[in-house]
Amino acid sequence: MALNLYYYASPATFYQLSGKLIPWFGWSAAILTVIGLYISFFMAPTDFQQGEAYRIIFIHVPAAWMSMFIYLVMAFWGAIGLAFKTRLSFMMSRALAPTGALFTFIALWTGALWGKPMWGAWWVWDARLTSELILLFLYIGIMALWAAIDDPQRGDRAGALLTLVGAINVPIIYFSVKWWNTLHQGASVSLTKAPSMAKIMLIGMLVMAIAAWLYTIAVALYRARTLILERERNTDWVKAQMEK
Amino acid sequence: MQWASLSDFLSMGGYGLYVWGSYLVTVAAIVIELYLLKKDRVQTLKLLKRMRNFEHES
Repeated sequence: MALNLYYYASPATFYQLSGKLIPWFGWSAAILTVIGLYISFFMAPTDFQQGEAYRIIFIHVPAAWMSMFIYLVMAFWGAIGLAFKTRLSFMMSRALAPTGALFTFIALWTGALWGKPMWGAWWVWDARLTSELILLFLYIGIMALWAAIDDPQRGDRAGALLTLVGAINVPIIYFSVKWWNTLHQGASVSLTKAPSMAKIMLIGMLVMAIAAWLYTIAVALYRARTLILERERNTDWVKAQMEK
Repeated sequence: MQWASLSDFLSMGGYGLYVWGSYLVTVAAIVIELYLLKKDRVQTLKLLKRMRNFEHES
């Protein structure tokens, strides 16, 4: 394949390309959110066990998926950065963290609001909930570490290392409902067996999940572009950019 | 469609507080993130412009 990865790994090229891509990701996220919400509230029927309270699922599950997935992507970019010393990889890692923390917060918040009517408690120290809370602390800890280290290169490496060590928490979250007796229910959707929910509910959830993906890509690219400008401010191409 | 009226829709079968509490906070969190993103970029661009003007003068 003639695709030159080094070409796209150059911040100058990436800056131009991502600038063109962001509106596409952003608008498709917005359109899918509208479709997803329509399915969630007007097409999906009332649940026979949980009544209307189950409709929290349409944000809770996509947010929880994203909280774990974004962390893995951050760890991936951190590992690439450490192995190949590519500046852009570290910037992608930094650009993803706040959005990862956001989705973790949303997963915990909607979980509490769902737990109260269904379990009678906003919060329990159950393995799934506790490991998800640890994930939020990891995101916050990594961002605090970056903020505390002035030298960008040192900060990048320290942050990547902490991200990689913390990655062990992600499979713990995912499998917690299997490994321990949790109040939190097991997976309704998995790769190995047929989903245990009505088809239209599943479709609504998946549409919302894809919207969350597209949103994350748009926002992370946007944040990465700002980081690039900051870090590359003394280069000729950024200076040329500012003359436009 | 399972909603007889707007108030029926808003009450969410008695779970309105929980359902809307989830959705509204999610929307608020996203709005805050988008606001901070924009603010960050505007500030960075301002800083870069100031640097450029400084260079041009000196």
